[in-house]
Amino acid sequence: MMTGISLAAIVNVLLFTFLVMTAIAIVRVRHLFAVAMLSGVFSLLSAGLFVALDAVDVAFTEAAVGAGISTVLMLGTMALTVTREKTTKRSPVLPVFVCVVTGAALVYSTLDMPAFGTAQAPIHEHVAPDYIARTPDDIGVPNIVTGILASYRGYDTLGETTVIFTAAVAVILLLGSFSRKKQKRTDKE
Amino acid sequence: MDHHSILRVVSKLLIPPIIVYALYVQWHGDFGPGGGFQAGVIFAVAFILYGLVFGVEAMTEVLPTSVIRVAMSLGVLIYAGTGFYALLVGHNFLDYESIGHGGHHAQEWGILLVELGVGITVASVMIGIFVAFASRTPKLKDEDW
Repeated sequence: MMTGISLAAIVNVLLFTFLVMTAIAIVRVRHLFAVAMLSGVFSLLSAGLFVALDAVDVAFTEAAVGAGISTVLMLGTMALTVTREKTTKRSPVLPVFVCVVTGAALVYSTLDMPAFGTAQAPIHEHVAPDYIARTPDDIGVPNIVTGILASYRGYDTLGETTVIFTAAVAVILLLGSFSRKKQKRTDKE
Repeated sequence: MDHHSILRVVSKLLIPPIIVYALYVQWHGDFGPGGGFQAGVIFAVAFILYGLVFGVEAMTEVLPTSVIRVAMSLGVLIYAGTGFYALLVGHNFLDYESIGHGGHHAQEWGILLVELGVGITVASVMIGIFVAFASRTPKLKDEDW
């Protein structure tokens, strides 16, 4: 056995490598069906990373929404529009420059961030210990995340649910398929 | 998709466990990982998988669009209703202390109720958006992809 390098580190490096490879493939491939599928792969790899970070609930949200539903919706949109990316004749110098500068700024700012997966990150040192100490007494559910989301932050979650509802209402109003389909069916009959 | 027998068989095998898992995540969200949102999404995935393999028409026969439409708002109503119930019996909005025997019992029931609301809304919204997209999509041949 190797000493010093944990299995988790190897898994993380592998996942990040695949993530970068998928991203490069998404940029290079022109066929949008492949792009949609690759973005599903990207989400699945991110889900793997969330598991490595012990965030199982985030992981299966990402797997179900990112890899499942949004891929299906992208394919649906593709079927309504076009299946191949348009090639432009414009010079790519300016977009590449903007991307490189933005990327460099982001990488530069990560140097100040706490190390990947560290317990000393600021997010773990402000309100989190307080919630962890109080939840068993106040709420009494073993899953502290649920206690925070559904009880301490019940207002926020109500807002989120309303946002999801509003989004669906907007999509259904725009695509308007619910009633039209019924008409078609009655026409056939 | 009539000729994809492997897809049809595999998805028929997969859909029941997906739904059972969604229900597990829904009702054990306060003990294990997950909660209403996750459960709703997983539940929706089962229906979307069915719709993809067997066609949207077959899916909307199982789950009519009218049911989806009602369920979308029902979830939000359950959530907000829990809040207004607390108001009516003289507590603050969404104060679970008003439910049942108070204390941890009340918290558990309050969380269960609002998570149920979230689950119903999320599941029906995801299925609804899928139906909205898919029922506009023209039938594509396999070669067109």
